[in-house]
Amino acid sequence: MPGKRPITPELRTELKTGAFVILLLAAMLSATLASASTLLRGTGDLAIIIERASGAVQIVETTGNTRIGRVAGLGDLSHASAVFSRDGRYAYVFGRDGGLSKVDLLEAKLVTRVLQSGNSIGGAISQDGRLVAVSNYQPGGVKIFDAADLSLVADIPAEYGDGLRSKVIGLVDAPGQRFVFSLWDAGETWVVEMRDPAKPVIRKFKDIGRNPYDGLITPDGRFYIAGLFGEDGMALLDLWHLDKGVERILPGYGKGEQALPVYKMPHLEGWAVAGDRAFVPAVGHHEVLVMDTKTWREVGRIPVQGQPVFVMARPDGRQIWVNFAFPRNDKIQVIDSESLTIIRTLTPGKGVLHMEFEPRGEEVWVSVRDADQVHVYDTASLERRTVLPAHKPSGIFMTARAHRIGL
Amino acid sequence: MWRMIAACMLSALSLSSVGVAADGLSAERQVELRSLLQQDCGSCHGLTLKGGLGPSLLPAALAGKSRESLLETVRNGRPGTAMPPWRPILSEQEIDWLVDRLLAGDGALHSTE
Repeated sequence: MPGKRPITPELRTELKTGAFVILLLAAMLSATLASASTLLRGTGDLAIIIERASGAVQIVETTGNTRIGRVAGLGDLSHASAVFSRDGRYAYVFGRDGGLSKVDLLEAKLVTRVLQSGNSIGGAISQDGRLVAVSNYQPGGVKIFDAADLSLVADIPAEYGDGLRSKVIGLVDAPGQRFVFSLWDAGETWVVEMRDPAKPVIRKFKDIGRNPYDGLITPDGRFYIAGLFGEDGMALLDLWHLDKGVERILPGYGKGEQALPVYKMPHLEGWAVAGDRAFVPAVGHHEVLVMDTKTWREVGRIPVQGQPVFVMARPDGRQIWVNFAFPRNDKIQVIDSESLTIIRTLTPGKGVLHMEFEPRGEEVWVSVRDADQVHVYDTASLERRTVLPAHKPSGIFMTARAHRIGL
Repeated sequence: MWRMIAACMLSALSLSSVGVAADGLSAERQVELRSLLQQDCGSCHGLTLKGGLGPSLLPAALAGKSRESLLETVRNGRPGTAMPPWRPILSEQEIDWLVDRLLAGDGALHSTE
């Protein structure tokens, strides 16, 4: 037959080489496809889960509720939090050890990391997405970095009194390229305008109350509220009218009651606002306080089973989910925001540290530290849908935060 | 009788030095307390106990403070600060054990990765 060659050792070698080349090409092609499929995706349904004890974050997607990556080497992540670049690709993770890490969610890798202080507590990203600010305990103050390469842009020591420096808490971004934060030791709120990054314009509000422990900004970016640990009440600042100064709200809400011990400091976040009501934790009282956001007066209080830590409204404002401080941190209570009654008490397990709603609120992710799990609940049926393994999970942060003021 | 008490004390001392539950705390409870120290004390003092909203609890930071004052702080908290009393939660024995861990520099997080 024409063309037919006897199978000699040479031909066998040729055939083998040919097969090898084809296999190699196929492997390269599939690798290209695989990496292309990794990169060619949106980030709008991504989230990170802080694994606090192992200095790592998991990257998960909230469409199929699966883990898609993990990035380690982020240092001490106890009490870590995160903000996102406006394109939703990068997470800026603030670690307790003063580490600021920029993580690429698509490539699941650490891009840059700076150790910017000895001890930090949280941060914020500017309105234009170009600046990342970090609030520090030690040395007390705020440092502001270029979001691209994390180079230092501004250093704002939280000085007060006679050469003292305060721990800084409650740092948020605000419209007008501003950052707002409060001074735990000094009882002050500062507004820093960063329109010219070389010349921060600082406005200080003194005597806001004893030991502000955290702050929130309303979702419209107008009101900043610092919660007070050292006294019953909160400090309200209208960012539209700074000249009016700080107003005390909910004064003496615990009057006549014996304050209970607080084994974990509560948190405040913009999620607390549902329609024209704001829901905030009482401190030293096992209650959620309800305010009218038009008058900022108390319009109700809801007894709950422990010291509330996070009080978070589902994005549509219909439900309020509450977790609790040690030793009652195994439960979540769900409040109906209309009737102000508890509609369900869930028991995910010891160490419920954080809850994060999916952007439209149909599911909520819950970290259960001691179970080494993250639970996903259906918020309509209040049934658990998914359980994901995670090592000592704490904060859960979804990329939808990239487009929210104050988150 | 006295000899018996002395013998008990001696054995308690020798056992506690090797971390065995001679002080009445079971091995399980010790694991729980260690976790409490790291996770719950750690929520203010940092997971590595080097400080946060609350001060550092590392041995260098505790140097110069008497054992009794540390016990008192854990028992009754420090009024006017964020330090709560732990007496409603922990037994005297457990507070003792925890303070000893801190003084020995044996309280910080060991990598569990």
